[in-house]
Amino acid sequence: MKTILLSRMKKITVVMMAAGLLAGCASSGNPKDPIEGFNRAVFAFNEGLDTAIVKPVATGYEAVLPSPVRTGVTNFFSNIEDLFIGVNNLLQGKVPEAISDLGRVVINSTIGLLGVIDFATDAGLEKHDEDFGQTFGRWGVANGAYVVVPVFGPRTVRDTVGLVLDVAADPVANHNPTRTRDLALVLRLVNDRANLLAADKVIEEAALDKYTYVRDAYLQRRRKLIHDGNPPREIEADAEQIESSSTVAVATVEESQTDSAALAAIHLTVKLANADPARRN
Amino acid sequence: MKFLFAFFGSAVIASAVMAQAVAPDVMIKTVTNDVLEIVRKDKDIQSGNTKKAIDLVEAKVLPHFNFERMTQLAVARDWRKATPAQKKILIDEFQNLLVRTYSKALTEYKDQTVVFKPFSMKAGETDVRIRTEIKQAGAGKNIGMDYYLEKSDTTWKVYDIEVADVSLITNYRSSFTTEVSKGGIEGLIKTLQAKNKSIEPEVAKK
Repeated sequence: MKTILLSRMKKITVVMMAAGLLAGCASSGNPKDPIEGFNRAVFAFNEGLDTAIVKPVATGYEAVLPSPVRTGVTNFFSNIEDLFIGVNNLLQGKVPEAISDLGRVVINSTIGLLGVIDFATDAGLEKHDEDFGQTFGRWGVANGAYVVVPVFGPRTVRDTVGLVLDVAADPVANHNPTRTRDLALVLRLVNDRANLLAADKVIEEAALDKYTYVRDAYLQRRRKLIHDGNPPREIEADAEQIESSSTVAVATVEESQTDSAALAAIHLTVKLANADPARRN
Repeated sequence: MKFLFAFFGSAVIASAVMAQAVAPDVMIKTVTNDVLEIVRKDKDIQSGNTKKAIDLVEAKVLPHFNFERMTQLAVARDWRKATPAQKKILIDEFQNLLVRTYSKALTEYKDQTVVFKPFSMKAGETDVRIRTEIKQAGAGKNIGMDYYLEKSDTTWKVYDIEVADVSLITNYRSSFTTEVSKGGIEGLIKTLQAKNKSIEPEVAKK
């Protein structure tokens, strides 16, 4: 499973590299988006896939299932995800948060009936949002260029590397037998998409150019998440580059489109995994 | 008798002044609750009547926003390139777009409840952030919605909103900069006008 995924990601990276070289001249000049031409093409592909398949299915799903059932589905997958979030909090040295995440899993898996009911939030254990991309960001790895990954959507070079690990560590994707796994993956995708239907309409209304709107929202949100909600405010500044500083490793993936950057980031991941994240700051 | 009138008269004036200097968190809370109350009772808005939602937003929400400041922040460096006349058009069109977006959000997120986060403010502060969360039926995690307010004279006005960690102003700034670099201030105005026109038919038919 993992090897298949890794080889698939490798292929994507190669495509990205090739397109990056081709698209080098097709950029409209945003320094965070040097491969805009390529990204726009993949964005259009993803939108097409969404319009043709995912969105209609999600719309039907939303229409058929009453909202308490959908909440149950959301909570069920959210509970599985909490375990993964806890691991990432631990890797970032945020021990109290990790313990809270574990507490959530314990409460929701038992009295929450296998996660269907989210009692933990009511009990005051807040749901967190963490992934490997954020963990790298916390360790000081810079964003790198903005990349729209086929099917998965907006990422940066760093978050694409994070995505590979996210998928590899995803309990749902690693579930056996494959039949229930595939069913679970589809259900999760459709449910996630259904939760975004309203937001989608608002974005259509708000955006002058959907591509730019989604890109900037993604970059802003990731920046904010890495700082756990309190990044330096950007309102008056023209641009802000520095994400966070780290004493563990000040390794910067330059804004480059070659896959050597991605490889370097993977290399770095291995190196950082052996380092003690608690020494940060 | 005359004395009594004078007394009550001044009391009324005094309370009016006090009402103006209402604390920012109280203001956000009142406006939010008022608007949601109306949306919950109004079947038209719930079934997607954008026109009615826009009327509601214009009457209840709009007076508490500083659109001039919002536009200025979104246009950023290019703001000084605009003539006073262009500035006025930009403010109008941006206001139009934001009102429509907000109204759309109201008709889409019908079953929402809003949680107000604790808020404290130091004396003399003129720039604050009010944090709220939107609970949405069906979805797991609450969506954060933060308001940034600035005090001018005695009233607090909103100059930015952050939804799910995404600042409206910052997000538009990048699009605006691109538009200005392509076609100048006039180009940005044209794009905004075209965008507002493109969503108009949908409003008209309802």
